[in-house]
Amino acid sequence: MIDILRTYGPSFLSGTWLTIELVVISAILGFLLAVPVALARLSDNPLFRGAAAGYSLFFRGTPLLVQIFLVYYGLGQFGFVRQSFLWPFLREAYVCALITFTLNTAAYSGEIVRGGILSVPRGEIEAARAAGMSAFTAYRLVILPRALSIILPAYSNEVIILMKGTALASTITLLELMGVSQLAASATYQPIQVFAIAGAIYYLLTLIITRVFRLLEARYNRYMIAAR
Amino acid sequence: MENLVAYLPLLLAGLRTTILLAVSTLILGLVLGMALAMAKLSRHAWVSRPAYAVTNFLRGIPEYLVLLVIYFGGTQLIDAILGPGVLEVSPWVAGLTALTIVFSSYASETFRGAFLSVPKGQIEAARAYGFSAWQCFRLVQLPQILRVAIPGLGNLWQSVVKDTALVSIIGLEDMMRKANQAATATREPFVFYFAVSLGYLAITVVSMLVIARLEKRANRGMPKGVGR
Repeated sequence: MIDILRTYGPSFLSGTWLTIELVVISAILGFLLAVPVALARLSDNPLFRGAAAGYSLFFRGTPLLVQIFLVYYGLGQFGFVRQSFLWPFLREAYVCALITFTLNTAAYSGEIVRGGILSVPRGEIEAARAAGMSAFTAYRLVILPRALSIILPAYSNEVIILMKGTALASTITLLELMGVSQLAASATYQPIQVFAIAGAIYYLLTLIITRVFRLLEARYNRYMIAAR
Repeated sequence: MENLVAYLPLLLAGLRTTILLAVSTLILGLVLGMALAMAKLSRHAWVSRPAYAVTNFLRGIPEYLVLLVIYFGGTQLIDAILGPGVLEVSPWVAGLTALTIVFSSYASETFRGAFLSVPKGQIEAARAYGFSAWQCFRLVQLPQILRVAIPGLGNLWQSVVKDTALVSIIGLEDMMRKANQAATATREPFVFYFAVSLGYLAITVVSMLVIARLEKRANRGMPKGVGR
């Protein structure tokens, strides 16, 4: 175990860093995309509603592994993609992983945000409108902030699921935590020890995510504590 | 398109393996999950503590890591005990074990919550009527536990269906593996990955309908609005 850490310590660190990078970037992009998805799901326009429902069904109803392969291997099948100016980016495993994780987490988070918006008490929305806020202002100042505080616990679970999902980036050659572990496992012939280290790091990341969200919740809901 | 038709029997054979693996996981996972839930609710700390520790850890690390530990680590362990090359862990055994372990960790939480939702008075009443502990469990607790647990178990089933795709990486001939083979042979990755994504989608959509029926059935006799 000590030998493995001495030899592969630096690769574990760089792998962990790449995992964190993938999680943070796709969580942020995914959340930014989740809000419009949730609004489209709640829209009166059947076209928006249908498109968002279809997107949500596809990404929540198929395995993440299929989605990654669809983006990384699938897109290259089309000549027009390979000729386009985006190809130098779309060829990169890193970019494909980020695109897939973002689209995947946005589909799940969209459902969470939608639930949050629906559970904002009606009276608060009516009060905002009665106070003269436009629909946009009411969303920006009342509905979305309230929804956000309601969904934080559920959203922290989604971020943990996203973190566990990033392990699949190793299947398209990325050397994140899972990727470096597989290399170390086959080089040392000691998979149990190597994967135990990886498991400990992943579990630590889960605990950190849980802790960060607990702090966010405390900060976000501090007005409620003061009111008690 | 002709390629898709030519490979369709192969993909359908893979679909059978996928469904078989998911159903086997469900059956074993429900039994193990129930046992873990009972362990968590045990009065003895030396039973409940380890059950909590193990399931919390397993829920905090990637499913893919669990699978690789069992597949490669299992072989390492058997080699160490029986000598190298005597026995190998087959992809089917590794896949089924990994998915069952993950499923039962989550299911134990669902069952635990459901156990706690049955009012204590009912259990006391049953025992006062002379029901044995087993009769009380089977006739009073279990029907109510299932009613409360079905939505949660339904979600877990959907995750297991999607997680089965991971076993393609260790060589089990499931639907995803067949798609990989077809994609490589025909150089049409998008066609085949999209085709299997529709296969997975079909399973999830059918499951959704079945789960809704089960929920309705389990809630029969309950006043409207209960159990939502």
